[in-house]
Amino acid sequence: MNLGRLYAIAFKETLQVWRDPRSLAIALLMPLMQMTLLGYGVSLDIRRVGLCIYDQEKSQISRELVERFTASDWFRISAKLSDEPAVRDAMNRGDCIGIVTIPINFSRTLAATGTAQVQTVFDATDVNTTNIATGYAQGIVGMVTADFESQWAASHGLLPQTVGVVDLEPRVWFNEGLDSRNFIIPGVVAVVLGLVGAQLTSLTVSREWERGTMEQLISTPVTALEVMVGKLIPYFAIGLFDATFCLCTAAFWFEVPFRGSLLTLTVTTALFTLVVLGIGYLVSVRIRSQLGASQVALVLTMMPITLLSGFTFPIDQMPRAIQAVTLVIHARYYITILRSIFLKGSTLADLTVPILALVLYAVVIGWLAARAFHKRLD
Amino acid sequence: MADDAPAVIAEGLTKTFGAFTAVDRLDLTIAKGEVMGFIGPNGSGKSTTIRMLCGLLRPTAGRAVVAGFNVGREPEAVRAHIGYMSQKFSLYGDLTVRENLRFFGGLYLVPRRDMVERTRTAVSMAGLEGREDALVRTLAGGWKQRLALGCAILHRPPVLFLDEPTSGVEPEARRRFWELIHRLASEGVTILVSTHYMEEAEYCNRIALINAGRLVAVGSPGVLRRRELGGVLFELECAAAGAALLALRQAPGVIDAAIFGDKLHVLLHDAAVAAELQPYLARQGIESTPPRAIPPSLEDVFVQLVQRPREARAAA
Repeated sequence: MNLGRLYAIAFKETLQVWRDPRSLAIALLMPLMQMTLLGYGVSLDIRRVGLCIYDQEKSQISRELVERFTASDWFRISAKLSDEPAVRDAMNRGDCIGIVTIPINFSRTLAATGTAQVQTVFDATDVNTTNIATGYAQGIVGMVTADFESQWAASHGLLPQTVGVVDLEPRVWFNEGLDSRNFIIPGVVAVVLGLVGAQLTSLTVSREWERGTMEQLISTPVTALEVMVGKLIPYFAIGLFDATFCLCTAAFWFEVPFRGSLLTLTVTTALFTLVVLGIGYLVSVRIRSQLGASQVALVLTMMPITLLSGFTFPIDQMPRAIQAVTLVIHARYYITILRSIFLKGSTLADLTVPILALVLYAVVIGWLAARAFHKRLD
Repeated sequence: MADDAPAVIAEGLTKTFGAFTAVDRLDLTIAKGEVMGFIGPNGSGKSTTIRMLCGLLRPTAGRAVVAGFNVGREPEAVRAHIGYMSQKFSLYGDLTVRENLRFFGGLYLVPRRDMVERTRTAVSMAGLEGREDALVRTLAGGWKQRLALGCAILHRPPVLFLDEPTSGVEPEARRRFWELIHRLASEGVTILVSTHYMEEAEYCNRIALINAGRLVAVGSPGVLRRRELGGVLFELECAAAGAALLALRQAPGVIDAAIFGDKLHVLLHDAAVAAELQPYLARQGIESTPPRAIPPSLEDVFVQLVQRPREARAAA
C-alpha cells in the first residue's frame, strides 16, 4: 500500500463528498432525522392509556382505588361506566383499551379476608401495549391492597410481620427507573449508525462506474486495497462525526445515564463504524448503479438491524433458529456493547466477546470487499 | 526493454463475449515512437483491442507485450508505463482542472517537485490557462479531451493508448488534438490512436484497418492506397446514383463501384475502360459526367478491403 496514492484517493473522495448534496444529506441530515424519529417514536413505555372504570360498589375504598388509577401517569380514565352494556360499547368503540370492574362486594370481601378481586378486561389487539398496561394495572391494585392489608392487620391488633404477609421488595439494577428509554436509545444509536454508514459508502464505487470514471481509475497502477482504504478514510471521519452526534444526543438530550468510560465507547464505536462502512463498500463494489447499490444497502441493513439485533425484540425470546441467525447481525454486538457501557459501565475486558465478534466481522468484510474489486472490466 | 524492441506486440489476440467474437486473432506490432492509427467502423473491435492491451480486459486467447511487459503476467508494470484515454470522457466532472491533475499525478506517483511543472504543461497544452479552478464538467468537449490527454501523460509514459479521443469534438479542436499527438510522438512516445474519421488516418505514420474484429490491412497511408486497391480509381457524377451503381457493377472491366457522398467511385482493372463508361450508362438511360481519374483515399481502400472477404464468403 502506497501512502501517496492512498492520500490521492482519500483527498479526491473528500472533495467529491463535500460537493455532492446527496452524500452530504445522508451524512448530516439522516442521523438527525432518524435519531428524532426513532428516539421519540419507539418506546416500550405506556403513557396515559385510556381506561374505563365500572365501579359497582362506589365505596370509600373503591374510590380510593380509582383515585390511584387517575393519579398514575400510565392511565387516564376515559369514562366511568354504570352498567354492563356500556362496558361492552366502550370497548367496541375503542374509547379505552381496558376496563376495570370493581365488584359490588369489594370492600366487604377485603375486610373479611384481607384480599379481594378486581376484574380487568383488556383489548388484546395491541398485545404489546396490553401486556404492559396489565402489568401496571396489577401494580396499582397490588399497592392498594397492600396498604389495606397493613391497615387490616393493625386494626386486628397484629403487627404486619406477624401476619405472615410476604413482603416482596424488588430491586432493579442498572436501569433503576425501569425507564425503557434508557434501554431503547442506545439501540437507536446503533440502528442509525448501521443504516447511515452503509448508505454513505454504498455510493462510493458505484458512482465511479455510473459516471465512467472507473475505467480511467483502474487503468492506473492503484491497487484494490489502496482504493478501498483511501475511499473509506473520509467516510470513517464522517461516520465518527455522526456517531459522536448520536451518542451525545443519547446522553444529553434523551438523558440516558452514561456509566462507562469514553475510551471503551470510542474504541467500540470506531470498530462498529468500520464494519458498517465496509458493508456499504462491499455492496458498492458489487453493484454498479448508485440507486441499486443504495437500495441493496438499505434492504441489507434495515431489516436485520431493526428486527434481529435485539433492538426491539429480545434475542433470548426468539426461536432457536432465528437466534442462530442473529449471530451474523453486526448491530446485535454493538447494541449489547452500548447498553452495557451506558447502563452498567462495562469495560473493554467485560466486552471481549462482542468486541472480538466485531473484529472478526470487520476482517471478513474487508477481505471480501478487497477481493470483489477487480481492476478489469470483464 | 531493448532500444529497438517494439513498444507494442500483440500476437493472436482474441476476445469473445459469449458467441460473439469481438476481436479475432489480431497480430500487431508498433515500433517505438510510431503513431499507429487504428481505423474501423463502430463496433469493429477497436476499443476491445485497446482495453486488452491496457490490461482492462482479459484476452480469450493470444498474448500482448506492452513497453516490454507481458500484459497477462505483469499488468501493474504495464499500467505504470502506459497512458490511457478511454472512449467515454472519464475525468471527474465534480473536481476542478487542477484537482483532476493532482489526483492522477498522485495515483501515478509523480514526484512533488515535478508536479508543478507538469501541471503547468498540461494546463497550457489544454489551453486552460486561467481556468485551473473551473469544475471540469463546465468545460466544452475539446478542452475536456485535451485535459484528459494531459492527465494520461502526467507520468510521462512511453506508450499511449487513445481510444477515439476526437469523437464528438469539433474539427478545429480535433486538429489541435492531432498537433499534440505529433508533438508527443516527436518526443519518442509510442501512440496507438483509434478513430472512425478516415481523414484522421492520414495523420498517422502507419494505420491498422480493422473490420468485424479482424485486422484487414496494416501499412502507411501511402502504401495502403497504392498497394491494397488492386486497380485504378475513377470518379463520376450522376443523378440516378442508385441505378448507376447497380449498372456499373455489371459493366465489363469494372472491379467495383461505390457511392461516396454525391459521387460514384469506380474501380477499374484498366484505365482504358474508363472511356466506355459514359456511353455504357447512356445506353441504359442513365446520364452521367465523364469519369475522371482520382487518387484513392483511405476510405476507398477500406471499402475495397472490407468488401473482399464479404464477397469471398458470398461466393463460398
